[in-house]
Amino acid sequence: MIWVIARREVSAMFLSPMAWIILAVIQTILGYMFLTNLDSFFLLQPQLLQLANTPGVTDIVVTPLMQVAAIILLMVMPLMTMRSIADEKRNRTLSLLVSAPLSMSEIVLGKYLGLVLFIVILVSMLMLMPLSLYLGTSPDSGKLLSIYLGMLLLLAAFAAIGLYLSSLTENQTIAAVSTFGTLLMLWIIDWVGASVSNGQSLLSYLSILKHHQSMLEGVFKSSDIAYYLLLIIGFLVLTIRQLDRERLL
Amino acid sequence: MTEALVQVDNLSRYYQNKAAISHLSFSLKAGEVLGFLGPNGAGKSTTMQVISGNLAPSEGEVSIAGHDILEAPRAAKSQLGYLPEHPPVYRDSSVDEYLKFCARLHRIASNRVASAIDQVKQHCGLTEVGGRLIGNLSKGYQQRVGIAQAIIHDPPVVILDEPTVGLDPIQIREIRELIRSLGSERSVILSTHILSEVQATCDRVQIIRAGELIYNASTESLKQGHETSVRIALRRTIEAAKLIELPGVEHAETLEKGRFRVFFAADAKPDDLVKTAVEQDWGLYEMIPEQQSLEDLFIELTHHEEVDRQ
Repeated sequence: MIWVIARREVSAMFLSPMAWIILAVIQTILGYMFLTNLDSFFLLQPQLLQLANTPGVTDIVVTPLMQVAAIILLMVMPLMTMRSIADEKRNRTLSLLVSAPLSMSEIVLGKYLGLVLFIVILVSMLMLMPLSLYLGTSPDSGKLLSIYLGMLLLLAAFAAIGLYLSSLTENQTIAAVSTFGTLLMLWIIDWVGASVSNGQSLLSYLSILKHHQSMLEGVFKSSDIAYYLLLIIGFLVLTIRQLDRERLL
Repeated sequence: MTEALVQVDNLSRYYQNKAAISHLSFSLKAGEVLGFLGPNGAGKSTTMQVISGNLAPSEGEVSIAGHDILEAPRAAKSQLGYLPEHPPVYRDSSVDEYLKFCARLHRIASNRVASAIDQVKQHCGLTEVGGRLIGNLSKGYQQRVGIAQAIIHDPPVVILDEPTVGLDPIQIREIRELIRSLGSERSVILSTHILSEVQATCDRVQIIRAGELIYNASTESLKQGHETSVRIALRRTIEAAKLIELPGVEHAETLEKGRFRVFFAADAKPDDLVKTAVEQDWGLYEMIPEQQSLEDLFIELTHHEEVDRQ
């Protein structure tokens, strides 16, 4: 049942030009970034050879690329998640799902799985660029895998937050703006810096991109995984509760 | 006596502190078409939403084919097809794709999906528009897609909320025929504020006003009329009191000079009136039987509302 809803979500995304445009724009911009990074790697290469324990091509080309990708996607994911529930509410199609023999959790998980499938397509397409490095050199495979998983987890967390905020409103724009605001806040929350030394560790634990950074560097920590999973499960439960609560209002 | 398919007990629903429906109880037998009638804002749609599980009841119980909608929602909803006020169609998918999705949602076995879609398309007159986008179809066709969605899994109970709103007269007629044909094998609850629709399609009518059930009878008994009236015209002027003295007459009112409306008890016949008129030489020259229509009843019942308010 979850799968039926997820499939409809994905096909609806690709029926509208939205998904295609987003994939095309991101791929173009990041493709350009990739080439620039590659260029600077060639410039640096002679100097790097003289150093001991040098950073490899993965550290110089792929990690910065994915850092930029994370920030671009932070702005783009709200556009993908905004319509998922808000649109159904506005068009009054939610009652089709609610009157079918399904539980609220199945509806929400189906919608979320649809978003995750889109994320897998998006990240896999981005990973084609680092994979093309195999043609000329030998990048760090373990690091690439860590980067791939890190991107998936980060975007899956974005999607869970977006899904919840989309369930709160009928208006897509409100859903998109509030998702963007929340994601941005979760990113910059550790920028307070040295001024509040006590709260520093807590705030930096809350920061969504901080956990991403270590995965981009190839450090696969269980505390980072736990952070993302907690975030995802938390917001999915909130979404289910929100939709259940609306029947009581 | 057949078992009730839909059983509603003492149902109430509040929005904040305002009661949209209060203490509603009724039941629906298999093969019955029930018309739910009421002025705008009487609580028709709320009732339908509660029965279909889209809203939770504040008090009371709803059970469908013996399954409680709150305790066993999945079993109850599988027995139910629901068309909300606005047909819940995805404008960006084609009729076939949409119906396929609905069939899957209702857990129709994958080898039966195609035949179920064909059948329902034939039933609702959608065979020719299968490949078209729902958003490009006219309102009438969208409404049909909505009905098709509600009956694709062959549910014993079908709930239709104002199915003929916004349709042209020919489409209305077709939809009514469709509803009639549904009623021969399923139980149908139909909400509307169009009175002739109820008379044309329903076996039983319930009138709801300000969230309360104020009338419940079969449309058959409505046709016979629970109170008959006759309009008479006399050449001679007489007192209305003289008419009331006649046997079987409950009430008489003067319309204009020489014209009266005479109300009879349910089983009384106007024989005595004619006999007396001839004997006493009132000069009876016109006599028109008046049948109380649903419209009169509706206006009479909902009129009380204004009186109550004053």
